[in-house]
Amino acid sequence: MIRVYDIAHSRAGDKGDTSNISAIAYDEAGWKILREQLTEKVVMKAFAHIARGPVKRYELPKLQALNFVIEGALGGGVTRSLAQDVHGKSLSSLMLMIELPGVRGGKTAKARQNKSKSTASRKAS
Amino acid sequence: MKKGKNLLRIGAGASFADDRIAPAVDLAERGELDYLVFECLAERTTARENLTRMKDPEKGYTPRLLDRMGAVLPACLRNEVRIVSNMGAANPAAAAREIRRYAEEHACGEVSCTVVRGDDVADIVRSQPQLRIMESGEPVESLLPKMASANAYLGADVICRALETGAQIVITGRVADPSLFLAPAMHHYGWSYDDIPRIAAGTAAGHLLECCAQVSGGCFADPGKKEVYDLARLGFPYADISEDASFWISKLEGTGGRVDLATCKEQLLYELHDPANYITPDCVLDITELELLQTRKDRVQVQGAKGKPRTPTYKVTVGYHDGYIGEGQISYAGIHAVAKAKWAAEIVQQRLKDRGFTYPEVRVDLIGMSSVHRKSFYPTEPYEIRLRVAVRTDNRKAAEQVGFEVRALHVNGPGSGGGGSDPVVREILAVQSVLLPRGLVDSQVVIEEAH
Repeated sequence: MIRVYDIAHSRAGDKGDTSNISAIAYDEAGWKILREQLTEKVVMKAFAHIARGPVKRYELPKLQALNFVIEGALGGGVTRSLAQDVHGKSLSSLMLMIELPGVRGGKTAKARQNKSKSTASRKAS
Repeated sequence: MKKGKNLLRIGAGASFADDRIAPAVDLAERGELDYLVFECLAERTTARENLTRMKDPEKGYTPRLLDRMGAVLPACLRNEVRIVSNMGAANPAAAAREIRRYAEEHACGEVSCTVVRGDDVADIVRSQPQLRIMESGEPVESLLPKMASANAYLGADVICRALETGAQIVITGRVADPSLFLAPAMHHYGWSYDDIPRIAAGTAAGHLLECCAQVSGGCFADPGKKEVYDLARLGFPYADISEDASFWISKLEGTGGRVDLATCKEQLLYELHDPANYITPDCVLDITELELLQTRKDRVQVQGAKGKPRTPTYKVTVGYHDGYIGEGQISYAGIHAVAKAKWAAEIVQQRLKDRGFTYPEVRVDLIGMSSVHRKSFYPTEPYEIRLRVAVRTDNRKAAEQVGFEVRALHVNGPGSGGGGSDPVVREILAVQSVLLPRGLVDSQVVIEEAH
């Protein structure tokens, strides 16, 4: 398994009670994995304990990026939420925690390298 | 446009009301800018400032107006940089008067300011109770009794009208953030709304700049993974825009930060939903064919913005009173820190219940463990923990009691609780949105020179 963190970066934005969170691939190999494996279903599952959903995914192939729009993710909305991070700015970090199968068998050197890095950093922590 | 240049340069000077000021001064001094734009209004800021204005008719603009303007004005005047800002919030006319008064008192001389008024549509919304709330589909009628403000997101056209007066400074209330940046380009090059590719490109430039340092390396760094040079001295960005609406995002040499494909991509998708249909008052922007090209260090060219004509409506933010939030915090450390914090939270809730206080919503946060993402991915228990109990209620007294009960844990709770916070009560100004036909709003917009 790899984490989204290993292959992509992310930023979260807010509008009312809706959070939008990007997942932007670092390279072509990462983009292939993101596009195939980081589905609406996978993201909904990762956010189910805080968001009502649904989740809508938009693809931006030219930027090698995905944009997820997650409804009901901000505790009733930025202006009335009881959370400390009312804007949900930190939710990009939650997106990056999601685990994906990665490339099995004929995996790319890059993906292998990232995976070994991520394993090392997990052990270190 | 500055002499000897063939590109219009627009700098970003702020991304919210309390943003840093020194990098904007640097841009004003060294940036060879034509325009410096300050975006200072969050979703509910206008609602809050509307309440301020009701108490004092000479207030209701961004509270740090003079800190910011005072810092940048000398360089902007010296270098002929025009300023565009929504710092007027709920009272643009008073903001303009304050700036002019400040300039005279501080030997900057007479400064010309033009004001855009007309974004306040509270009377129109009150007369249209059948309007549907975008978030819930309910009629807006239910919000009217507790409504604090209603403001339309005006577009670049009204800012252009203000720029046509020749004023050094244009002060607005609520306008769409990208419009603040699109307007100087439209005004300078004479672009019209029929020219969709240019309007779309200018809107994309505005979208990239509106959060200021978020495109130049702010809100980005991750040590060891995403490095940002000299983050402490992070520079603010600017755009160079050509007549054909090609544009480049960059920042000043000698500042910290980075402008590259990664920072631009993150900001491009920030607060955007459907990337093919980003609705602004000026166009419906489509960034799906957008291409980014790093032309040199800290300089990115943006091409390929597409769009559709502007919609027949304005988005209106309705601010309304929505009760109170009360909260308290206390810390536990060492052996059983987490168990004590959890127990303390139960005790606080029991005591409030026993005293007859009930709440529609209660939130318990274990800060340092699970308060932000509501769960921890690491199995180890933290050495120390800060408990936070927060409630929402329509009853101010009930909100206050939470903080008192949490602080009382010092002597009445589990052992060794320390650092209890002062009780906090906040009045909630919530916001919802409706759409209003353009004609209703446009007819009340006023462009006036401040005296």
